Amino acid sequence: MMHIRVIGICLAAVFLAAAHVFPTPAKAADETFVFTAIPDQDESRLRTRFEKVATYLSAELGVPVEYVPVKSYAAAVTAFRNDQVQLAWFGGLSGVQARGLVDGSQALAQGAEDLEFVTYFIAHHSTGLNETDAFPKDMAGKTFTFGSKGSTSGRLMPEFHIRNQFGKSPDEVFSRVGFSGDHSKTIALVQSGAFEVGALSFAVWESELKAGKIDPDKVSVIWRTPTYPDYQWSIRGDVNSRFGPEFMDKVRTALLEMDDPVLLESFPRSSFIPATNDHYAPIVKVGKDIGLLD
Amino acid sequence: MTSTISRMYRASPLARTLGGFIILAFVLLLFADVEISTVDPWTEFGRLLLGIVTPDFTATENILNAILYTIAFALLGVTFAVIFGFALALVFQNPLVRGFCATIRAVHELFWALIFLQIFGLSPLTGILAIGIPYAGIVAKVFAEILEEADTRAVAATPSGTGALSMMLFVRLPDVWAHYRTYALYRLECGLRSSAILGFVGLPTLGFHLETAFRQGNYSEVSALLLIFYVIIATQRLWARRQLLPIYLIGAVVILPWSVQISMANITRFFVVDIVPFPLRNGEGFEGLMDWLGLLLANQALPGTVATIQLTMIALVATGLLAALFFPLISPLMIGRTGRSVGHVALVVIRSTPEYILAFVLLQLWGPSMLPAIVALALHNGGIIGHLVGRYTETITLRSDAPRGIARYGFEILPRVYNSLLALLFYRWEVIMRETAILGILGIATLGFYVDSAFAELRFDRAVFLIGITALLNIVIDMISRRIRTSLRLRTALEGR
Repeated sequence: MMHIRVIGICLAAVFLAAAHVFPTPAKAADETFVFTAIPDQDESRLRTRFEKVATYLSAELGVPVEYVPVKSYAAAVTAFRNDQVQLAWFGGLSGVQARGLVDGSQALAQGAEDLEFVTYFIAHHSTGLNETDAFPKDMAGKTFTFGSKGSTSGRLMPEFHIRNQFGKSPDEVFSRVGFSGDHSKTIALVQSGAFEVGALSFAVWESELKAGKIDPDKVSVIWRTPTYPDYQWSIRGDVNSRFGPEFMDKVRTALLEMDDPVLLESFPRSSFIPATNDHYAPIVKVGKDIGLLD
Repeated sequence: MTSTISRMYRASPLARTLGGFIILAFVLLLFADVEISTVDPWTEFGRLLLGIVTPDFTATENILNAILYTIAFALLGVTFAVIFGFALALVFQNPLVRGFCATIRAVHELFWALIFLQIFGLSPLTGILAIGIPYAGIVAKVFAEILEEADTRAVAATPSGTGALSMMLFVRLPDVWAHYRTYALYRLECGLRSSAILGFVGLPTLGFHLETAFRQGNYSEVSALLLIFYVIIATQRLWARRQLLPIYLIGAVVILPWSVQISMANITRFFVVDIVPFPLRNGEGFEGLMDWLGLLLANQALPGTVATIQLTMIALVATGLLAALFFPLISPLMIGRTGRSVGHVALVVIRSTPEYILAFVLLQLWGPSMLPAIVALALHNGGIIGHLVGRYTETITLRSDAPRGIARYGFEILPRVYNSLLALLFYRWEVIMRETAILGILGIATLGFYVDSAFAELRFDRAVFLIGITALLNIVIDMISRRIRTSLRLRTALEGR
């Protein structure tokens, strides 16, 4: 008889779960405005940090605001597209991908640092490569690691320059190509000599250098890319109809007026400045050139 | 005379099969991309070791939630799998059902999760189904096999004319019920591992924090999270009690964050737009589709398949060797009580550390090639098989004058466990192949690597196509493995399935 009871309760639990999954739709009046963000460095304690941002936005906008943590740029894009978040702090490439998938969505603001973002190429000292102004073609034939597959500074821009300079794909240029998944991992892998050359966000390099995590006898910068636009806040096009007229403008103002260093530190940016979709035309072009965007 | 000798030296079918596998693995290893290329790994490795011995349990926010979610997804996923797997097992003779089950279990839970993330987003349904669906396929197969192998005497003694339902409920089920329970409990351990790993793609389990901490080099946090995970797995026998199960299940349903809304439009869009090959959506017609397919096959599917098979076969043989080395660590026939406790802890650590973490540590140490992946897969699976074989030796009684030490291992124990060890190994063949998927995320260009890239590039048409190829490959391996096990009469204990 024990069996029957256990089975019965298991079934009940499954139905209870099913009932939870399809709840009655919430009333529009108390609809929650949800955002997500992945900082380009230091992903520890995301929820604690971004819940402060949520509190700030909620006070400025007069609606409940919630933060949802996601794992990757692709996951952020998916959540934005599926309307599970309405606002997101995207990288350059993921922002372009997301806005391409949601009609009417807008880039609202970018970090002051994002206007002129740079990718650093770094090399292990055993390669004998030193910093040059011209693109260091000597890196051909070495092993090379990108960062995350969906990263602008760790993938898109370095791949663009490699293809542009060599006229070949990274696979053909290097003896081995990897994806470390993260800027910090790229440093660790090149520093250990596991990969000879790598490319990453200048911001992560500078901050890890300051934190003493980099041994300058083992790894150093060999080339800096020209500047390009990177991270930005993007918002879905349908927010005005759901959260009230001029909601989008209110969000933009709230972001631009964010001046509490504690909040800005989470991104980390010194301030936010206005951005538009057109700012990111160079990223669209590069993405199409190297076949990451259709 | 010569014929007697040649008969004496003619290898048995088992030895020939085994020899074939070993030679094949050796040849593949010759062509494999295996090298040690790091120059000075010790700085980072030193930081890693320091982190391991200084676990920081305060570094992870909401750690209690992560622990509870890990257990909740495992419980609900496995419950789903057992209920549906049981139902499917009853009609498993039907070839359609058989094929369906083979297909759903051929896709790794990480891939299911990546697909459901597109459809349901971060709803708990994603995690429950990602574990529940492939596990239902596995449970169905194993439950059906148990039913097949059950004692037929009770059935024979039942009067003719007994209804099929009564026969099932009152005659056949009581006989196999205990086996089903044991197996369900074993699945729960697997479910806990899977649940943690699903965090790597974004579910809020321990793996979510583990992956971030590892990627960013916060090794003290990594150490703490791994320790918590080991404790959950190692104490499962203590807390996973049948009487408490209903309470756990209701608790699991209550704590999961159900607030994420599911939209029908997203579900529909995934099926009618996202996974339709790009040229068709773009109106390029049949010709465009052929170009797309040709490029995808030539540039990703074929090289990915070759690398996947290569990695799988080498890792399979290495797994067998390691399992034979590992099982004595926990065998009462080989090692005393204290030594065995150490052995148990060692094997829990080896088999519960996600392959991804193992591989990444080895990558740091040896540099990028197939080597870290081979060793990581062999360690993880060798740990699992070693554990099962070690436990099996508890049932063996030796003569009082049995030899000791290496002679006991070689002449008494190994011959007795040899058969089950190989059976377990062949059973895990398809599991190892599925697991190469995770290492694809590491950058070894298996099929998993290309699937991961397709998801990163938001090209779901390619992702689903490539997942289809991995499923096909898995089904083929499953079939070959079954044939080998049948023809060599390799049988395994319940837990190895």
